Amino acid sequence: MANSEKFVEIRHARKSYGSLEVLKDISLSVDRGEIVAIIGPSGSGKSTLLRAINDLDSLSGGEVWLDGVQINKTLGHREYEKHINAMRQQVGMVFQHFNLFPHMSVRDNVTMAPKLLKGISDKEAEALAIEQLNHVGMLERIDYYPSQLSGGQKQRVAIARALAMKPKVMLFDEATSALDPELVEEVNQVMKMLAEEHMTMVIVTHEMDFAASVCDRVIFMDGGVVVEEGAPEQVFRNPKEERTRAFLRKHLSVHGKG
Amino acid sequence: MGLDFSVVPDYLDVIFLGALWTIAITVCAGLLSFFGGIFFAVIALYGNAAVRLPFRFFEWLFMGTPLLLQLFLIYFGLVQIGIDLPAFVAGAIGLGLHFAVYNSELIQTAIVSVDKGQMEAARTLGLSRGQALRKVVIPQAVRDVIPPIGNNMIALLKDSALVSVIGVGELTLSSQLAIGRTYRPFEFYAVAAAFYYLINVVMEAVLRRLERKTALSR
Ligand SMILES: Nc1ncnc2c1ncn2[C@@H]1O[C@H](COP(=O)(O)OP(=O)(O)OP(=O)(O)O)[C@@H](O)[C@H]1O
Ligand SMILES: [Mg+2]
Repeated sequence: MANSEKFVEIRHARKSYGSLEVLKDISLSVDRGEIVAIIGPSGSGKSTLLRAINDLDSLSGGEVWLDGVQINKTLGHREYEKHINAMRQQVGMVFQHFNLFPHMSVRDNVTMAPKLLKGISDKEAEALAIEQLNHVGMLERIDYYPSQLSGGQKQRVAIARALAMKPKVMLFDEATSALDPELVEEVNQVMKMLAEEHMTMVIVTHEMDFAASVCDRVIFMDGGVVVEEGAPEQVFRNPKEERTRAFLRKHLSVHGKG
Repeated sequence: MGLDFSVVPDYLDVIFLGALWTIAITVCAGLLSFFGGIFFAVIALYGNAAVRLPFRFFEWLFMGTPLLLQLFLIYFGLVQIGIDLPAFVAGAIGLGLHFAVYNSELIQTAIVSVDKGQMEAARTLGLSRGQALRKVVIPQAVRDVIPPIGNNMIALLKDSALVSVIGVGELTLSSQLAIGRTYRPFEFYAVAAAFYYLINVVMEAVLRRLERKTALSR
């Protein structure tokens, strides 16, 4: 299905930890090339939802689809492992704490998975590393180890590592939350660049300014449900729901805006 | 009768050969204890009950009984069930498995303490759990236990003297041989001790180097 509609689709997602319902029947979709921000208070289920997209946290119920293929389909254990590993190659993920592989050089961080999973040659891998690191402005650090990089540089390498798998969609879980304030911008710049290249992205963020300037759509979650969604101007300037308003009041005032 | 080291040079070739055998068995048993340790750690953590239970027994056997007894069992005992191993092989296996069990304990702890985000990042890229363990988690776990595993290797070197009892002509046995001929125990035990010390120094130097080389990768 090359249909551009509903590139990523989540249908009736439910997730419970014991008696705690973290996701309560969430449905949403992301078009090809669309950039969606997920905002909401701590504990509202943003990470859980994002991690359900590549089945890092399995849903208790509901379906996740990517480009016409169900990601979390019911299969025997072995078949499912094969299926999910193949699906995950198509879903890039960027974590709050980077999770770079500390025992590998920047180059190997980027090329390890493509070499192992796509069987590319050393030459192709080198070209891929150069291409991806150049893209995020980290080429000059190709021989460094993660321990020798700043947080912002680590996150840019982590983005390059995810992009090297040529994913169909990129997921960001508070990619800048762990960074010193002065390092946030360099990572935001890279994400903006991806946006201009029409990469499909789902971005969990606490940065309302960034969400407003980069994203096509904003989804506000609270208590495991989507409370409100819409264009950034609408959600930020003119929220319909009282819960959204309360959240934004708190959040925008922190940044001295409102 | 005072000390007289003048008899030593005549037997230096014997002692030297013994030292070579000590190095050989330490290297073989050391490699077995290292890779066996990783293998056992993975079984203990991720194996199903069918492999974990035999492993538990095996672990108990190697941790709860004297190494000397284990060597006797492998060398003399296994013959009765048709497994007739050369002394060197029996010694290397006994020493190697004995220390593999200790290394396995260290590696298990290290694997469990590797940041969960590492496995997640690897799985997110599409690696299977096995691939993620092999490429991402185990290398970091091993890096983290280089110092204590190094200590085990040095303990292994010292315990390699025990294989003399099953007739491997290593350093201790070859010095005993020289003593049998010359009745000069102090001199030859002192020479043997010097050789052990030398090998020890080399091993510690290699260990330092490894630690330094992996310093960046933390
Ligand atoms: N493994 C788990 N076991 C039990 N409860 C969990 C687990 N993971 C998450 N939760 C709970 O699920 C709820 C949603 O968590 P989630 O991490 O998705 O929130 P979030 O919106 O990403 O919050 P934050 O903004 O703080 O990152 C929280 O109440 C959390 O405590
Ligand atoms: Mg979160």
